[in-house]
Amino acid sequence: MISMQSAVSIANLRIAYEGHTVIDRMSLDVAPREFLVMLGPSGCGKSTLLNAIAGLQDIAAGEISISGRNVTWDEPKDRGIGMVFQSYALYPHMSVRRNLSFGLRVTGIAKAEIETRVARAAKLLHLEALLDRKPGELSGGQRQRVAIGRALVREVDVFLFDEPLSNLDAKLRNELRVEIKRLHQQLGNTMIYVTHDQVEAMTLADRIAIMKDGAIQQLASPHEIYHRPTNLFVAGFIGSPSMNFVSGEIVASDGGPFFAVNGQRIALDRYPFVSPPVPGPATLGLRPEHIAADGAFAGFHTTEGQVSVVEPMGADTIVWFEWAEQTMSLRLMGEVDFKPGDAISPGFDIAKASLFAADGTRM
Amino acid sequence: MTTVNPNGPRPARITAGRVGLYAFLLAVALFFLVPLYVMLVTSVKTMSEIRQGQIFALPAGLDWSTWQTAWSGACMGLQCVGVRVGFWNSVRITLPSVALSVLLGALNGYALSFWRPKGSTLLFGVLMAGGLIPYQIFLYPLVRMMAVTGLYGSITGVVVVHVIFGLPLVTLLFRNYFMGVPDELYRAARVDGAGFWRIFFEVMLPISIPMVVVASIFQFTGIWNDFLFSLVFAGTDNLPMTVQLNNIVNTTMGERAYNVNMAATILTALVPLAIYFLSGRWFVSGITAGAVKG
Ligand SMILES: Nc1ncnc2c1ncn2[C@@H]1O[C@H](COP(=O)(O)OP(=O)(O)OP(=O)(O)O)[C@@H](O)[C@H]1O
Ligand SMILES: [Mg+2]
Repeated sequence: MISMQSAVSIANLRIAYEGHTVIDRMSLDVAPREFLVMLGPSGCGKSTLLNAIAGLQDIAAGEISISGRNVTWDEPKDRGIGMVFQSYALYPHMSVRRNLSFGLRVTGIAKAEIETRVARAAKLLHLEALLDRKPGELSGGQRQRVAIGRALVREVDVFLFDEPLSNLDAKLRNELRVEIKRLHQQLGNTMIYVTHDQVEAMTLADRIAIMKDGAIQQLASPHEIYHRPTNLFVAGFIGSPSMNFVSGEIVASDGGPFFAVNGQRIALDRYPFVSPPVPGPATLGLRPEHIAADGAFAGFHTTEGQVSVVEPMGADTIVWFEWAEQTMSLRLMGEVDFKPGDAISPGFDIAKASLFAADGTRM
Repeated sequence: MTTVNPNGPRPARITAGRVGLYAFLLAVALFFLVPLYVMLVTSVKTMSEIRQGQIFALPAGLDWSTWQTAWSGACMGLQCVGVRVGFWNSVRITLPSVALSVLLGALNGYALSFWRPKGSTLLFGVLMAGGLIPYQIFLYPLVRMMAVTGLYGSITGVVVVHVIFGLPLVTLLFRNYFMGVPDELYRAARVDGAGFWRIFFEVMLPISIPMVVVASIFQFTGIWNDFLFSLVFAGTDNLPMTVQLNNIVNTTMGERAYNVNMAATILTALVPLAIYFLSGRWFVSGITAGAVKG
């Protein structure tokens, strides 16, 4: 079943390499003008999925439609997509101008039209001065802009990006990230963007699809993914330093459910349960910024610990401390004067915490 | 021991090993250059000078008329037309053979670079080993095939034979080269709408120019220097330079004109030699060319 309102719609997709299944029964709908980021660890099938959407990868089952048209059996060029590859994949023997116009020349578009489109893309991506250079004479960032330009001149509705920034250094990555965001706001195309950089995902996405082993774990807004991860994998994958996990037990007794750990009982009356609490083993997840250094706030669970490492990062400081026989982190604004060995009274903000049942799903 | 604080470029040191190495290289160079020297000086000597038997002596004067004779007047049997005819026959055989074998080999290698079944490398090794079987084994069947198709004794026939025997090596060279080209380049071209032929001619062939040069040089020298196939398949009117040279040198009427023979030999070797000299830089860069940077 294909939804007519979707820019890209995938139904029951299965992809296998020589018998071993990489993606199984995946369904996904991307809205027009949406910026969807696929995020996941290496080898989880992100590129495979993107190549299947582009028509560069054979599929075993399912269907794919783009802009309301079933393209499952169409050639890449007929799918109305533009693609940007991780390794740029520019034609090394052609000038930037010819790289940009190659696809248009193949299609047999009129010369004048080709020139206007190339000029437009070059202007948008600040490539005007580079048009007569070969890719070998460009910096990494410039090459990636040419690669984006090559997708742009096709004037299609859907852009596919496969880790376009992963070969660039950190500074360039930040610059191009902003440029891609600006481009999306200007053009209003649908974007499917693969990355394993969570900062890119958080900053660019309208929605993020977190993938693991060829399956989407959670598909939601960056805010939702960050604050209400649907399972332990998503919770641990997003955030840096990652979420603190504390293993314990849910106990139901008079005065509401408690989380028992380390001989203490943490009240859960402020925790927003998605399903009624079930007594038994569970994991409490706390983001570093949801632990206060002096737990004197109403509703926080305050306890005692000992500072082990302090990491000043300029804008904020990560304080690592020992509690319940494990190392946990908390984030404080600005610079603080904790030293290793200091006593600390961390306060857990239970209202913002995440609780996971024994099978890893959110409670 | 003096203690010098290491600072700046490391001082060059001359060791016994170095001296020995250079002495060896010099000896090897001389070993290969002496025959060339003898041929050159002999070619410009007069016959009476040659009869004195001092092959290393410098010539008394430069007698270039021997070269003129070798080019257009030396006799093979009763015909006295020099190696000129053979030169043009060689050109007519070599150029199409090189062009066709390189083009077809590149295409073949490109197509096969997509074919990667398990153990394909081994399979390829075995296939290519076919190129190492002695040519003599194929001669009789090939002669029969050429006779049946009516190509026997023609330039076309000998070109076909050269192309057939050139393909294994050229295919292997290009397959290995194209295996190193990133997949994404091909995918990008497909998204751009290019088909198999367009990708081959407009993307893959242009980026493999270094390999084209290397393969062309291999093929050119091999085919220019070929004796056997041309003798068997070309027919008497189309004999190439190598065969004619042999006929001139082996003509046994009257006195052997060593000076003319030397000149004719150098003329025959001149073309591949010139190609090596002119393309040396390309050749090295082609052999060392790794994956394509984009
Ligand atoms: N040509 C292939 N043949 C067999 N298996 C493959 C092939 N290409 C990819 N795979 C397998 O498919 C799985 C998904 O690969 P894919 O390239 O889609 O991962 P990815 O999420 O893009 O990873 P990365 O972040 O490293 O790019 C991996 O387990 C990989 O080993
Ligand atoms: Mg990938």
